[in-house]
Amino acid sequence: MGELFSQYNVLGAFGITIVLTVLSALGALVIGTVVAIMRVSPVGFLNKLGALYVNLVRNTPLTLIIVFCNIGFIVNLGMSVSDDFARNNLVWATIGLAFYHAAFVCEALRSGVNTVPAGQAEAARSIGLTFGQSLREVLLPQAFRGAITPLGNTLIALTKNTTVATAIGVAEVAGLMKTMQEDRPDLMVPIFLVVAIGFVILTLPIGLVTTHLSQKLAVKR
Amino acid sequence: MSSVLFDIPGPKARARHRLIMIVSVVLTLLALAWAVSRFAAKGNLEAAKWTPFLTGDIWINYLIPGLINTLKAAAISVVLAGAFGLFFGIGRLSDNAVIRWISTVIVEFFRSVPVLVMMVAAFGLFSFNRVFEASINPLAAVITGLTLYNGSVVAELLRSGVGGLPSGQSEAGLAIGLTRSQTLRSILLPQAITAMLPALVSQLVVILKDTALGAIITYPELLTTFSQIGSYKSNPVPALIVIALIFIAINYLLTSAAAKIEARLRDKGRATIAKGTIGPPNRVDLEPVEEALIAADESVLHERYRTPDK
Repeated sequence: MGELFSQYNVLGAFGITIVLTVLSALGALVIGTVVAIMRVSPVGFLNKLGALYVNLVRNTPLTLIIVFCNIGFIVNLGMSVSDDFARNNLVWATIGLAFYHAAFVCEALRSGVNTVPAGQAEAARSIGLTFGQSLREVLLPQAFRGAITPLGNTLIALTKNTTVATAIGVAEVAGLMKTMQEDRPDLMVPIFLVVAIGFVILTLPIGLVTTHLSQKLAVKR
Repeated sequence: MSSVLFDIPGPKARARHRLIMIVSVVLTLLALAWAVSRFAAKGNLEAAKWTPFLTGDIWINYLIPGLINTLKAAAISVVLAGAFGLFFGIGRLSDNAVIRWISTVIVEFFRSVPVLVMMVAAFGLFSFNRVFEASINPLAAVITGLTLYNGSVVAELLRSGVGGLPSGQSEAGLAIGLTRSQTLRSILLPQAITAMLPALVSQLVVILKDTALGAIITYPELLTTFSQIGSYKSNPVPALIVIALIFIAINYLLTSAAAKIEARLRDKGRATIAKGTIGPPNRVDLEPVEEALIAADESVLHERYRTPDK
């Protein structure tokens, strides 16, 4: 197993996976929050637009989105963000991942809002808080706590889904795994175990932290 | 519209909402127009690139065979994942610590490994060891990956479905003299599976979407056909859009079916598990119930045999 680490840049590939994860998680959080605000806003059009986005994106395979980033944006439109081929692919993979997971972030945030009982908003209004105050002091803190578990699950899914970036030629773990398999078919099982355990190591802490947080910050009702 | 957050708008708020709406409609149209013009500049809107989809040729030779392969892989995976999930889900609820522990490790492991990694690994293993005929390897690899991952999710759903039932259910089962496994089989599991139904249907969407990963390991599914159509009619972008619409249509139907089932169950007053909330481990703990029963028994016995002495 040591051979694999000395012959191939396994840690480097996992590094790219982590970079992809962090960047697209930030992107997905920003886009997802915007869409979630649209989804809960009282403006009918924004509401419908948000719903359309979520329904379209959530029902499209991620592989298709990533392939579209490649074929549609890079090849067809020639939209390049960097002259460096590898960096360009990385950026477009990040964009695809962020747009895809934003739909799930939106749903996670919305389900957090839905955990707040109507009585909380009514109580906030009846003691004379303004709209801003009731959001800030009463509703959002509870909504955020309710969203921790689904957000954590989305982050775990995102970490694993970065492997799809191999479809656009990003040098992350799944791509390296294919190369290793072709070079060293005798080490098939160790290759799988190294990659698989790497992902367990990446995703396990996220699950533990979100579980701990959601329990620690749970709202007693 | 979330009534929790907002009051019913008055005249001022309605005017403000109208203004926001107009601004956002204009912005959306501008963005759309910009995107369409970019794609039109590269000739993607030419009629010649879209008319092939109105002919039978493309559908009969490419799209429909691709869709059939996608559905075939998904259907086989659904059946196998159901069996896998039932087996290890019950394993995780077992009294036997060893079985429980092994099931937990297997389920948690396959849940945290990316589906693509499992597909690539299975593909490598199958083709290196010549397990199947070369032509079946991609399909077998897709099914293996989907089964291991989704089976683990089903096992987890099963466990949280059982864990989410009121404790009175298992207590009642034990109280009428059923054994623990009888209680699980005839009281807890049927209710848990009903509660899981919406989440299970949503999982079908995940399976169907993940068959598209097969494109990466050369399984000739729906997404793969885009490159064939694209090089045949030199219209890769329209082909991708049509394929996306097929996926969206099927998955949208499944998603709405899940929502409908959930609404119906809720109307009947049944519990459901929300998707995406498979949380911390919470095994149904029958221990305290049994201890209480035994303790109660003993105190009765003590009473009975002690009183005559006095």
